[in-house]
Amino acid sequence: MSNNVTLARTHDQAELERFRDVQRLCYQCADEVAATLEPGVTEREACRRMRRWLRAHGVDDWLHTPFAWFGDRSAFRGFKVPTQFLPSAARLEEGMPYILDMAPVRDGYSADIGYGGVLGENRIWERLDADLAEYRTLILRLVRERRTFADIYAEVDALIERQGYQNRHAKYPGRVIGHQVGIIGGILPKRVGFPFGVRFLQTIGRELVKERLEGRSPLWNGAAQSQHPPTPGLWAVEPHIGFRGVGVKFEEILVVTEDDAYWLDDDLPHVHRWARREAQ
Amino acid sequence: MTQATTTGAAPGAAPAAPVTRRRVRGDGVDLAVYEQGDRSRPTVLLMHGYPDTHAVWDEVAARLAGRYHVVRYDVRGAGASSRPFGRKRYTFDYLMSDMRAVLDATAPERKVHLVGHDWGSIQSWEAACTMPERFASFTSISGPCLDHVAHWTRRNLARPTPANLKRAAGQGVRSWYIYFFQTPVLPELMWLAGLSRPFSRALELGEGVPPRDGHPARTMARDGASGVGLYRANMVQRLRRPRDRRTDVPTQVIVPTKDLFVSPHLVGGLGGRVPHLSLRPIAAGHWAPRSHPDVIARWIGEHITGVQGGALTAAESRALKRARVGRDRRAFDGSLVVVTGAGSGIGRATALAFAERGAEVVAADLDLATAQRTAELAGLVGPAGHPYQVDVSDAAAMEDFAKSVLHDHGVPDVVVNNAGIGMAGSFLDHTVGDWDAVLGVNLWGVVHGSRLFAAQMVERGQGGHIVNTSSAAAFTPSRTLPAYATSKAAVLMLSECLRAELKGKGIGVTAICPGIVNTNITKTSRFVGRGTEEQARSQERAARAYALRGFGPEGVAERIVAAVRDDRAVVPVTPEARLSYLTSRVSPRVMRLLARFNAG
Repeated sequence: MSNNVTLARTHDQAELERFRDVQRLCYQCADEVAATLEPGVTEREACRRMRRWLRAHGVDDWLHTPFAWFGDRSAFRGFKVPTQFLPSAARLEEGMPYILDMAPVRDGYSADIGYGGVLGENRIWERLDADLAEYRTLILRLVRERRTFADIYAEVDALIERQGYQNRHAKYPGRVIGHQVGIIGGILPKRVGFPFGVRFLQTIGRELVKERLEGRSPLWNGAAQSQHPPTPGLWAVEPHIGFRGVGVKFEEILVVTEDDAYWLDDDLPHVHRWARREAQ
Repeated sequence: MTQATTTGAAPGAAPAAPVTRRRVRGDGVDLAVYEQGDRSRPTVLLMHGYPDTHAVWDEVAARLAGRYHVVRYDVRGAGASSRPFGRKRYTFDYLMSDMRAVLDATAPERKVHLVGHDWGSIQSWEAACTMPERFASFTSISGPCLDHVAHWTRRNLARPTPANLKRAAGQGVRSWYIYFFQTPVLPELMWLAGLSRPFSRALELGEGVPPRDGHPARTMARDGASGVGLYRANMVQRLRRPRDRRTDVPTQVIVPTKDLFVSPHLVGGLGGRVPHLSLRPIAAGHWAPRSHPDVIARWIGEHITGVQGGALTAAESRALKRARVGRDRRAFDGSLVVVTGAGSGIGRATALAFAERGAEVVAADLDLATAQRTAELAGLVGPAGHPYQVDVSDAAAMEDFAKSVLHDHGVPDVVVNNAGIGMAGSFLDHTVGDWDAVLGVNLWGVVHGSRLFAAQMVERGQGGHIVNTSSAAAFTPSRTLPAYATSKAAVLMLSECLRAELKGKGIGVTAICPGIVNTNITKTSRFVGRGTEEQARSQERAARAYALRGFGPEGVAERIVAAVRDDRAVVPVTPEARLSYLTSRVSPRVMRLLARFNAG
């Protein structure tokens, strides 16, 4: 098939294992940095901790540098321009939700994760997080049914509407709920161009053009370009919902094959958290 | 102290509670004291104003006597009490001695619940501030603490913003008679020359309080003439040199909003001096105890029960919560808000906006599951919500709904008749069934909701607010929305008519007219005269257009909350709705031209 490119070699188990390792590394980083978050810490400080931790664990490039959103910034309240996504001087307080989002590259293998949490107690966050679990099953089921990406996007929107929340991933550049990831290489330097890695931009730019010719897109949103069945490959899927200044998301890699799909890894903090809550 | 006891029913009082009259020796005067009800029960002292006697309280006292030991007395210079001569005999010192004497005689060694109206309230403030140990609670009606008024006026004049000046001037004008009473001899002469009759007439015409046996009293001419001493002995002195009066007695101020003599704004800043303060506005004139005895008696009872920690119904404890003044108070704390069509869109957003401000929300929808979800979300941001399933177009179902809301939660303070459906297409394609459907939900739903809940609000007599969701289509004719626009125009007109009728009852009515708002109404609208597939395509197209417009239901919800707060009549929401509203008034011709455009 057409998609025999660096972005997706889903039949190669060894390669998938490399991706899984990077994703686990990310979640380990998120877990450890989240444990250090205390009242008063700023978003910039949290991002610095993630960057240092990842650098110390062999990360050499970025799809994008780490993000952290605290309080109502986790629901992108009042976000109008892209610079507002960048880490700010907002300080974490007791009861505040937060989201950590990182997308490192190690030896060319990348991952992109989102990690939601709350400092202390927050009833709204608990409810929102419990409801977020449904999106993981819904998206997987619809992808397996080979519904078009645009359709799935609309179904997710309908669920958000039923639950009474707001779609927050529509605030991301391109209104994406997901994007393709893969092996990042190329001749460009491993630099960061506010806040995206230049090699990632190069890859995604190339794919945008290539996929366009096929009538598809490496970006998954609700628009006409996404009116195609799931493209085989690795997709970082990031449903992000918000309610009254509280936002939660998860982001992890979905493996899409020619006729099936599965989450790259089920051994993840949010999956365990939801299972625990379910068991209670 | 002399005691002469006679028994007999006071005029106007219920025969079930006989009134005992006796005389108590005050500070150099004999005071006529009237008692009702079981002496072992908590004592309520009702203080009358000027130029009244104890009889102004007859209706209220009769209502309270079943539960309380009710004590009243004619203040010196009024009714059957003695009339000392000279203004010096009417200072607060004497008045306080009188009150102490009455309390010692009727309720020794126990705290009483104090209630004052007009000058009785002014005296009561003095009592609550200077001898708080004698009172368990205090209810003030139309009579501010003079020292507070002085502070209030100074504060307003020290920051002479237009609003502050207006408020100060407002009270200044309302106090015209106080200046006149400072004139020597003339007021007395006027009373004795026959001012009583025009006064009674004015009371009936201006306040809606018809004369009855006992009020205005037969002794009014003499009461009026002697009572002038109250004004001469205290007013100027206190206003010129106000003292720092505070009280920690749990205080409830009933604020008549149509009072011709006491501005409702006078309670501003009172919370700083009275830590345990509740405010309860009522759409009434100055003589609220005469015109609204049921409400006044109920509120006195609720306040007393609340202070004593007695058993309250859900509605009562909500009412007390709503009245309470506090720093962390939310705007709709203690309010009950009913929203129909609360399962999605504007209804859900409105329910949440009210819940977020402390209101207890009744979320009604045809689809129970969505109503439950709304109630659940409301519980996340405020008090727990209550889901109901109801078809607003079904008269019997709405009757049941209104009854169960009343039974389970009490009378709502705000009702949002929001449930609506959309329908588009040419007039000739609309069947009778289509019309029935649209008018059933959009118009009859609002009629039922307004009718049933307005009746409850009127009966309770504490005001309220009704919000009807109309639409910009109400004033934007269009060939594509004949049924929908007609139903919404009817809702707009209904709201205007209802507003006129309920104005005097303290019930506000608002028509909300949203423009293009991104809700699921586009996905559920019917496009008549089209096949199923074309129908789905039209819905899809409309939904996309509305999403692109990008005005969410939360924006409308905020405007609804603001409209209730400010009691607005017609509120177009979104710029296109406002433009359309303006154009429809400035140049209906343009609207007619635009109506020909086929947007379907």
